[in-house]
Amino acid sequence: MRGRLSGSTVGFLIAAALVLAIGWLEGTRPGGVSLPRLTAGLLTLDLLIRAGVFTIILVGLNLLMGYAGQVSLGQAAFYGLGAFFSAILTVKARNIGIPDVVAGAWWWAWVVMVVGAVIIGALSYLIGWAILRLRGHYLAMATLGLGIAVFIILRENLGLPRLNLTGGFDGVVGIPRLRIGAYLVWPVHRYFMLVWAVALSTIALGLNLVRSRIGRALRAIHGSELAAESLAVAAPRYKAQILAISAALAALAGSLYAHFQAAVVPATFGFVPSLQLVLMSAVGGMASIWGAPFGALAVLLLEELLRTKLAVIFPGVKGEFEAVAFGLLLVLVLLFWPRGLTGRTPGPLRRPAAAKG
Amino acid sequence: MRPALAGVRPAATAVAPGGQWRATSSRWLFAAVGVMVVALVLLGRRHGFGLVEYLQFLVDGLQAGAIYALVALGFVAVHRVTGVINFAQGAFVMLGPMVTITLLGQLGPLPLGLRLVLAGILASLLTAAVGMAVYRLALHPARNASLLTRIMITVGVYVVLQGAALLIWGPRAYVLPAFSTLQMVDRSFLVGDVLIKAQTLWIWGVTTLVVVLLALFFERTVLGKAMRACAADRLAARLVGVRVDTMATVAFALAAVLGAIAGIVFGPLTRPAFDMGLETGLKGFVAAVMGGLVSFQGAVLGALILGVLETLWAGVTLAGFKDLFAFVVLIVLLLIRPHGFAGSEQEAEGP
Repeated sequence: MRGRLSGSTVGFLIAAALVLAIGWLEGTRPGGVSLPRLTAGLLTLDLLIRAGVFTIILVGLNLLMGYAGQVSLGQAAFYGLGAFFSAILTVKARNIGIPDVVAGAWWWAWVVMVVGAVIIGALSYLIGWAILRLRGHYLAMATLGLGIAVFIILRENLGLPRLNLTGGFDGVVGIPRLRIGAYLVWPVHRYFMLVWAVALSTIALGLNLVRSRIGRALRAIHGSELAAESLAVAAPRYKAQILAISAALAALAGSLYAHFQAAVVPATFGFVPSLQLVLMSAVGGMASIWGAPFGALAVLLLEELLRTKLAVIFPGVKGEFEAVAFGLLLVLVLLFWPRGLTGRTPGPLRRPAAAKG
Repeated sequence: MRPALAGVRPAATAVAPGGQWRATSSRWLFAAVGVMVVALVLLGRRHGFGLVEYLQFLVDGLQAGAIYALVALGFVAVHRVTGVINFAQGAFVMLGPMVTITLLGQLGPLPLGLRLVLAGILASLLTAAVGMAVYRLALHPARNASLLTRIMITVGVYVVLQGAALLIWGPRAYVLPAFSTLQMVDRSFLVGDVLIKAQTLWIWGVTTLVVVLLALFFERTVLGKAMRACAADRLAARLVGVRVDTMATVAFALAAVLGAIAGIVFGPLTRPAFDMGLETGLKGFVAAVMGGLVSFQGAVLGALILGVLETLWAGVTLAGFKDLFAFVVLIVLLLIRPHGFAGSEQEAEGP
């Protein structure tokens, strides 16, 4: 490392520079030039913010699926729990007896965001101990069941219709924008920079994690859990930890999404979104932290293209083709391109480059 | 085939001796079911339910359970032969009634009853063709991929099929006439104070017939025996000349037919639409898991138990929580006894 920048550091600097440049461009719009105009309407801040939110989730998901080899078909559940945690505690604070002095303060939303991520992470740690005993498709099923169960609970108002916390099918609206003191993290270019600052931090966290003792342990577990355990890797603990981290990241992303959209509905966090996350992970390359932003961007861009261009190619079709194309894409990527954009497979353990000095 | 002439992982193919029903090892599971029934009945006390209400729950539950059983059998057939969990099963359940309804309007001047029978048979065959295509086009090319990849592929196939259905039939719900009256309104009988719809009797009849035929197929025909051989040990089956790929294709066709029949007999009781497959498919899947995913008898029993408990649960708690039950049962079941009523322990938690 000394004296020479590693590939990841360079990528990091480029990404940060890009984020700042786009933020500045959209903030000032010099001479009427804007991002959508430069990219023929393809790239918008809305899309980039969603990509950032998904990147945060995907870093966690890639750690879980690509590195530790534990399948999750219900990751959107944690995302949804985070979103609703923020939504309920900022909009309906009064319904659950939180005084206005606290709920009205600027720091409240941030505290809720962090506390939500911690609680949901802790919760999934407990779930992880139980559920990660399962292997292969049994784990896939359990996470799928978990995802749908959480979705139904959100849709059915947590079983407490009188409190009306989640708002049922309609969700929660009027979620406030984030503030730092008097500084509003809005208009949208400010929020864009916030989301990507978090996303890049998450990527940094992920990169450091996979090069740490934990990362090596995870890959060992992926290779063979039995062998890993025989070498004194505490597989259950590591697996539960990584699930907790991925759940906390998803919850954090959910909170950021809630404050961006200002409204959340349970349908955003059901079964299909969980699949979408797996697709993004597969497209980007599961066993790669950098796969996260690429996977998220690629899938969102493709969806955008399908949505806008398909109607031009096939006049008369509406959103229906989106689902077909989405499913086909998932199948084709899995069949012919299992390594994804970044082309990485977990592979055997290598001596980390940094160790050579 | 698998990369492993040298070492076929027993975990992927292992089946309890013949996938047979093992009553002794599942005794306590029945105890758990019993406890659940007692708990649900106690919960129902605050609604003041009497014997009639519970018998009604039983009838409704067994009706739902019979549907789940057909779907679950499809999951088991595919899983036993290929080792894959076919999440596209729900799409077969949707295709059955949707194609039937379309054909019903196309079959010309024949009497409605005959048209319904013909349409149903044609729809099942068409769904079988779709099932075979799914295996050949999507799963066969990925036979060397990891299990996760193959499962994800079936999920993708489900999304494609549902999307295609949305393109063909649009988002609206359709009507399939009841089998007895050939109208929207069905006949029903009062036995004591318990209401039984004629369609419920059709569902029970068809399910029983299908289960018997399936048992005969697996016990008496060469094809059925070959499929069982694949389920027991794919490598050994290959060595004695069974074409494993063909058997897998047949398994998908079989699963598709089972799903289509489930959807068709269920059709008159619901309003078939492009998205009806997801819920029914997942419930059937839970039922199959209850049976350990390898046992046909276990799957049927699991389905009936799931149907009854779920109906009871919906009756004594919030109606909106009806669907929650199956998934909570799924998680709890996987945690305490991943191999269900039957099946092998290795398969769930093996090395």
